[in-house]
Amino acid sequence: MSSTTHTSTIGAIGAPSRRNTELALLAFAVVIPLFAYMNVGLALTGELPTGMLGYGMGLGLLAGVGHIVVRKFAAYADPLLLPLATLLNGLGLVIIWRLDQSEKLQQRKNFVEAAPNQLMYSAIGVALFVGVLLLLKDHRVLQRYTYISMVGALVLLLLPLVPGLGMNVFGAKIWIRVGGFSIQPGEFAKIVIAIFFAGYLMVKRDALALASRRFMGLYLPRGRDLGPIIVVWAMSILILVFETDLGTSLLFFGMFVVMLYVATERTSWIVFGLLMSAVGAVSVASFEPHVQQRVDAWLNPFSDSVIQNNSDQIAQSLMAFGSGGVLGTGLGQGHSDLIGFAANSDFILATFGEEMGLAGVMAILLIYGLIVERGVRTALAARDPFGKLLAIGLSGAFAIQVFVVAGGVMGLIPLTGMTMPFLAYGGSSVIANWALVGILLRISDTARRPAPSPAPNPDAEMTQVVRP
Amino acid sequence: MNKPLRRIAIFCGLLVLALLARDNWLQYVQADTLAKHEKNRRVTIERYSQPRGDIIVDGKPITGSKATPGSDLKYKRTWKNGPMWAPITGYSSQRIGATQLESIDDGILTGNDDRLFFRRTLDMLTGEKKEGGNVVTTLNSAAQKAAYDGLKSKGKGAVAAIDPSTGAILALASTPSYDPGDFAGNTNEEAEKFLELDKDKENRPLVNRALRETYPPGSTFKVVTAAAALEHGLYDGIDEKTKSPLPWTMPNTTTPLKNEGNIPCKNATLREALRVSCNTVFGKIGSDLGKDKMLETAKEFGFNEQQFVPVRSNASHFPEEMDKPQTALSSIGQFETAATPLQMAMVASAIANDGTLMEPYMVSELQARNLDVIEKHSPKEMSEPLSKENAQKLQEMMETVVEEGTGTNAQIPGVTVGGKTGTAQHGVANSKNPYAWFISYAKTDSGSPVAVAVVVEDSDADRGDISGGGLAAPIAKSVMEAVIKSKK
Repeated sequence: MSSTTHTSTIGAIGAPSRRNTELALLAFAVVIPLFAYMNVGLALTGELPTGMLGYGMGLGLLAGVGHIVVRKFAAYADPLLLPLATLLNGLGLVIIWRLDQSEKLQQRKNFVEAAPNQLMYSAIGVALFVGVLLLLKDHRVLQRYTYISMVGALVLLLLPLVPGLGMNVFGAKIWIRVGGFSIQPGEFAKIVIAIFFAGYLMVKRDALALASRRFMGLYLPRGRDLGPIIVVWAMSILILVFETDLGTSLLFFGMFVVMLYVATERTSWIVFGLLMSAVGAVSVASFEPHVQQRVDAWLNPFSDSVIQNNSDQIAQSLMAFGSGGVLGTGLGQGHSDLIGFAANSDFILATFGEEMGLAGVMAILLIYGLIVERGVRTALAARDPFGKLLAIGLSGAFAIQVFVVAGGVMGLIPLTGMTMPFLAYGGSSVIANWALVGILLRISDTARRPAPSPAPNPDAEMTQVVRP
Repeated sequence: MNKPLRRIAIFCGLLVLALLARDNWLQYVQADTLAKHEKNRRVTIERYSQPRGDIIVDGKPITGSKATPGSDLKYKRTWKNGPMWAPITGYSSQRIGATQLESIDDGILTGNDDRLFFRRTLDMLTGEKKEGGNVVTTLNSAAQKAAYDGLKSKGKGAVAAIDPSTGAILALASTPSYDPGDFAGNTNEEAEKFLELDKDKENRPLVNRALRETYPPGSTFKVVTAAAALEHGLYDGIDEKTKSPLPWTMPNTTTPLKNEGNIPCKNATLREALRVSCNTVFGKIGSDLGKDKMLETAKEFGFNEQQFVPVRSNASHFPEEMDKPQTALSSIGQFETAATPLQMAMVASAIANDGTLMEPYMVSELQARNLDVIEKHSPKEMSEPLSKENAQKLQEMMETVVEEGTGTNAQIPGVTVGGKTGTAQHGVANSKNPYAWFISYAKTDSGSPVAVAVVVEDSDADRGDISGGGLAAPIAKSVMEAVIKSKK
């Protein structure tokens, strides 16, 4: 606890920037995927993959650009977030490339080489990350766009329902198609809505926290304060019903409850949140066949009726994990391509499970845990309530997303159809998550920057660099 | 705001912890169950990921493996002369599964057998690929070819040939047969081919008649009855008059038992009765001995019990509960008596081996890929249905049958051959073509190298022509010749 206390009071004097630590970690984050890439090539064909140089340089370049920009424009930012994101992105690329080599997947309709696309998306993602750091000099600027964000989030969430624009992919309507690209607006909405919640709650937190009646040990909010909560709740339910997307709906509601709790410090909000989500989930599940199917597939993944009427994805995913065992089959030597559809996106963790085993998956989960931890730490360190709320909102959403996806493919909870951040194939996800890391870095830079923040001094940076 | 932040941090930690716990449950506790789950295709993929071990006859493989491009099941089984060897190997199909030897010794052939565990671990450490072992059989390819070719020219039937001194199976043929190579892969065409074979109720090509079909043995069963008579001391010698009347009316009935044609059965000796195949004499012997003594001898020859060679053979049947006339009919191989060709070959082999029945087997060795022996079969005695003296008496009788009786077609110059013909009626009121049987053994200076049983079902030939001696004996002869020739 003492260390947390320490960081939360950072801003005293002369905190080290830790940029060199970041650089060293980044080297690992680039080299580890390169070795993995080599490993896959050797396992599959016995030769070093021809794209070795290209992918290595690509990943190295992305990491290098990210690092230089952070060093220049967010010198005090958290040193772990960029390497962790790079590592996950790199490992994801390797596994996506590995699945590209699978004959079974190549025989599927609509097969495209996913790895080059993913590398391009990663580049766009890092570009957005750079853009965030360059343009967003102070995260508090975002506070100004609270209500615009609300509108923006609503638009993004409703886009998939627009006829001609939205696509229905295996029952879930969460994609839109623009000029040959399919986009998942929900991934971007995640960030925009966090900005709205943070801005809104910062303003309303006192009203929500104090103007309440005590009843049976709980602080009940006033009726008119309940309004926005009901709106968010209703929106989640609408997403669930019309876009049949359990994951996004869960994500938004969870994020909102987390931020509400942090803003008001009232446990009663959590009770409310859980009650409302329970009511919503149960009532929707009772009449929405899509949700029922998901629950059924979760409870009996191996039953013949589920496999025939629904799909055998969960069963295949579980068997992939089981076949991996403790140490895994080794990269390139598993058969996770049996999962078929979405093997390289929603189900990418299963390939890690089979080929890198329990050890590999635990490592991946801990990396995600570490990213969330750095996010929470940023929230603790942030000095302004908006920054705190935004940081906890983003990292909370990240944690919930990881839990919902990983839990889904591992059969812990019903499958929801979201992607593992950074690992999974999908442009929207990678781009949005790089932007998310960019915002977190900006907040942490502001938080860790020695206070009172002096005017940027070019010499100061030089002195930081030579420090151990 | 920091207190709720810390709580949220703990909450996020719990989420990650839940995932870690679940992952341990999946990949450690449940790993084995999931890895071997019946719906886990990896098991199948693994199984066909390397060339399968071979089944060996006379030192040469009769099977092989072929790469199947475009399928995740890498290798499929091939056969050299599949239809001929199918009754021994069974099939091994990626789609349908495996039967018989392919199934029983699957562990050795795929290399997954526990007895290969040490070698496998070693291979894993040295980076060698896992390889399947070989199954070495006792079969004799010349005899098998003689049997299969002979049967094919006659239509439906089966042959089983045994080395009487060891119980080693030398030939096991069944026609009409099928080519297991036609459906070894995983394509829909191959699956359809299999269904077609499976649906053919007229010819039933997938049935291994030598082991799995029981036929009424007809007159060939008379040697069992003769053995029972000698063993239970009903007569002192084979040239003693049997005091059997002609016509003979079955006890408690008014039905006389008929002979085929006008043959000299009145008060005939055992030797003479077997030579001309008297129903009356052997019917009376069975009825005089009673069902218990008949059953005892039949059981010692292996009746009423499944044999595992190691492929399962159906139990041949000698009725346990019957009245006197039924006992008489059963003793001449009618009523409910039914025997597999393997069973009748065992009968002939026990007599040829001076009364000792050896356990039939067809796998002599299981080998690892580097030819190290993993398991070796040593011949085992199964029972002694008759004494040496009585066996030799019975041999004399059977040799008379071939020398001057119904089995002259099986004579081989320079070789002593003993045999017995049989023509078993079947169908409602004997409407269908009878089964033609022949059981025999050959004897050289160094003992008996082969005993054989041949059955030919509904041949297109005229009813009159169907007799064990005419249809089945020539096949038995060529099988015996092939064995003797290959021993030289």
